Amino acid sequence: MDAIILQILNGLDKGSAYALIALGLTLIFGTLGVVNFAHGALFMIGAFVAVSLQRLFGMSFEQIDETKTDFLGNPLKVNVPYVDSWFGPDVGEWLIDWSVPLAILVAIPVMLLVGFVMERGLIKHFYKRPHADQILVTFGLAIVLQELIKYFFGANPIQTGAPDAFTGSFDFGRLIGFDPNVIIYPYWRLVYFAFAAVVIGAVFSFLRFTTFGMVVRAGMADRETVELLGINIDRRFTIMFGIAAAVAGIAGVMYTPILAPNYHMGMDFLVLSFVVVVVGGMGSLPGAVAAGFLLGILQSFASMNEIKAIVPGIDQVIIYLVAIIILLTRPRGLLGRAGVMED
Amino acid sequence: MGILEVKGVGKRFGGLQALSDVNLSVAEHSVHAIIGPNGAGKSTLLNVFVGKLIPDTGSVMFNGQSVLGRKPHEINQMGISRVFQTPEIFGDLTVMENVMISCFAKRDGAFRLHAFRTVAHEADIVEHAEQVLEDVNMLDKRNMHAASMSRGDKRRLEMAMCLSQDPQLLLLDEPTAGMARADTNNTIALLKEINQKRDITMVIIEHDMHVVFSLADRITVLAQGTPLVEDTPERIKGHPKVKEAYLGESA
Amino acid sequence: MRLLGLSRKDTRFLLIVIFLTMATPILLQPFPEGSGLATFNAGYPDLMQRFAIFGIFAIGFNILFGLTGYLSFGHAAFLGVGSYTVVWMYKLLDYNVVYGLPLAVAVSAVFAVVIGYVSLRRSGIYFSILTLAFAQMSYNLAYSVLTPLTNGETGLQVYGNDPQVLLGATEANSPHFFGWVMNDNFWEPVIGGWKFTFNNGYYFTAIIAIIAFYVSLRIFRSPFGLMLRAIKTNQTRLNYTGINTRPYTLAAFVISGMYAGLAGGLMAAMDPLAGAERMQWTASGEVVLMTILGGAGTLMGPILGAGFIKYFENIFSKINDSVLHGWFGFLPDGLEDFLIGVSHFFVGKSWHLTLGLLFMLVVVFLPGGLVEGGQRIAAMFRKKSGGKDDAAHQPKPAPHVAE
Repeated sequence: MDAIILQILNGLDKGSAYALIALGLTLIFGTLGVVNFAHGALFMIGAFVAVSLQRLFGMSFEQIDETKTDFLGNPLKVNVPYVDSWFGPDVGEWLIDWSVPLAILVAIPVMLLVGFVMERGLIKHFYKRPHADQILVTFGLAIVLQELIKYFFGANPIQTGAPDAFTGSFDFGRLIGFDPNVIIYPYWRLVYFAFAAVVIGAVFSFLRFTTFGMVVRAGMADRETVELLGINIDRRFTIMFGIAAAVAGIAGVMYTPILAPNYHMGMDFLVLSFVVVVVGGMGSLPGAVAAGFLLGILQSFASMNEIKAIVPGIDQVIIYLVAIIILLTRPRGLLGRAGVMED
Repeated sequence: MGILEVKGVGKRFGGLQALSDVNLSVAEHSVHAIIGPNGAGKSTLLNVFVGKLIPDTGSVMFNGQSVLGRKPHEINQMGISRVFQTPEIFGDLTVMENVMISCFAKRDGAFRLHAFRTVAHEADIVEHAEQVLEDVNMLDKRNMHAASMSRGDKRRLEMAMCLSQDPQLLLLDEPTAGMARADTNNTIALLKEINQKRDITMVIIEHDMHVVFSLADRITVLAQGTPLVEDTPERIKGHPKVKEAYLGESA
Repeated sequence: MRLLGLSRKDTRFLLIVIFLTMATPILLQPFPEGSGLATFNAGYPDLMQRFAIFGIFAIGFNILFGLTGYLSFGHAAFLGVGSYTVVWMYKLLDYNVVYGLPLAVAVSAVFAVVIGYVSLRRSGIYFSILTLAFAQMSYNLAYSVLTPLTNGETGLQVYGNDPQVLLGATEANSPHFFGWVMNDNFWEPVIGGWKFTFNNGYYFTAIIAIIAFYVSLRIFRSPFGLMLRAIKTNQTRLNYTGINTRPYTLAAFVISGMYAGLAGGLMAAMDPLAGAERMQWTASGEVVLMTILGGAGTLMGPILGAGFIKYFENIFSKINDSVLHGWFGFLPDGLEDFLIGVSHFFVGKSWHLTLGLLFMLVVVFLPGGLVEGGQRIAAMFRKKSGGKDDAAHQPKPAPHVAE
């Protein structure tokens, strides 16, 4: 029992990331009818916004600290972050410590802008082109973005820490009546799950309860009719693309303490997120979220030693295996609509 | 005993009874028209004939063999060809290639791995395809891209593809939909010729009464998924039930 | 002139390909050794072998994607299977590639039948995702539980204690074809400042590549090829015309899988190693790029695409600071530094950036790939010379159609 709960918990954070990326992917697909292979790159850009902010806050200058001396008795040179000298050490240290969550505030406008530029500059011209062309051009874009990140940040993963307050783990098992130290769960992963739940909830309520969202949902169902009503659906779709980019971006920001950002993380997550979207059903928002968590949790179950002992290698293939089975038995994925992308 | 025997066919989509107890017998060599108001189930019935839909009840026999549960390509190989409402052709290929494909399908069956032959060297196919194109007056367009042709030409091409297979039964779904009067008359003439010279049985779904009355030997009136009457064109014209269900509306 | 049952035009295509492949060691060595432009030379064995091998891979992929329009994102799996098969034959029998290569084709055909049978039950992006899933599964398994078969991260290679039951006392200790050792060069003339290398392995792969091209040429012109093109255009019509499309697509999938297996086998024939990274989805993506860049559905496209990408990959990644200084050295310092700084984005390790940009440009402006570009240029010249057949007045051929 405790092992099961532990695996479900372990699957949640990965599932959250899949769900957030897949949500944006399927939103773009459902609204614009575009298959965006560069969506993983948006996740990656978000992660590197966090890296940049942490670096920016960490930028420092050398100062001679009169109060300390080195072992020769000379005054010690220390590196003082600019933020410390501007805002005082308290605020400065707090800023550095909390740079990852703070990066969300930076990432949202940055990602919206990236999304707008992408949609207006490139994607717009591919609405009427075949899906294969869309896949190919966004695939090219993904390579370009990935290489740019590699150029500026190097090929090695960059450790980016969570705020000190969240670095430890807590004993989840004791909370629900198990023995101590049986179900240990890092704080940050719990934060990530809560964060994902809030974002998903926000996106859903935005689509459900605002006029804007209503128009977008109507457009997803039947684009032509909405256009006939004289509503400028294009502009809304541009905004939708920006929102999808922002969701992927902040998902990337918050994921940095869990996985040290590297330039190929976008591609890694893209492949899995695509599987998630297809399993959930192309164009289905609840499907994407459900499939994201389902596959995340299944993956962590499959990596249990007990399971691996029975079926060797299952942890390596579970996601793909499930995808194959679902696609063959439920051609439109878990919650997909008929007739989407079948030609 | 007709070439196509439909008995007790019913089909339900959720809460909608699209077809119920359809009985129909198409005599060999005849032109049999199916008419009826919108939503009467004409297209559903046609989709049952070609294997796209499987009815909940009833049987459809072609030449004494059931067509139910068979795939579209199997039904075609039995000798039933279909012309679509909007012409379905191979747009990226040339007119000649379009016709050759159906000639190959007739000669080689549903699948044959002729990977090391050369299309241009298949003399019998080339000759046959050219003959068919000549018959529909399209030989001069043989090297044109099919997609770049007018709608009327596309329709004629589709008809030529069906003819090249020398089917026993030709199903036509509104063959003159969206056509100008002149084109419609040409199509009528072409269809008449096909029926008489080639002896191909036809089932035709049509809205245009002019077309129906100039072609059909027998007419079935479908209303709300059930055949109302079946008779010769002359008697359908004056039939009170038909007037009420169908012609009455437009009159 | 007509050859081997080909039309006049196709004979010309074949002769061009034969000429290009046979003369590659000379054509790719246009600059004298030691000159500033020698960086652009590509006439050395390793690279030329890769041209031929990836040419075969792309030609095969084009039979599936170019003709039927089914976009597979998993063809690298067959590449890996081919390589592993050949290395296993080295380990068990001996270094003669004659056992491994046919077996590589056969084994990848078996894999292709299984993967194709399942994946082809769906079309469109669902098909792409299914093939991707199969390839990623193969890749992950090759790295983990299949280590006894694949030697995991180290990669499969021949060790001293392998059985090699057929190994003769005087036999070469590296891949060969009945004593024709792949690594050896049979002629290395130096003419003037030019140095040419005629390599056994290259000519071995080149001859196979020519045969592979000839086979694809025949398939393109065959009734089977016509059906594949019809599948891409309108599957509904084809079904109602009495054609069962499934076996046709499966046959195309298996044939292209066999080509990929052959290419993978040849990789191991040139360098007796096989690693799981050959199966990764990025490798599948690469062959997609080659085919599109050259022109999907065209005969010459995949070859051009493969050559183009492999050439620039090699050349661009070779360009480093000292080469750039050599080029821009004559400029004033500030400008020199600026140009070198800008170039940095595109050369050396950043070559993929160039590839990505180039690829986007092709998809946006030249959907028919390099072949379409060539046709447009040719049409422009024809117009200028005022030739009789005015290309503009012909019906415009749709992109992705064989020519």
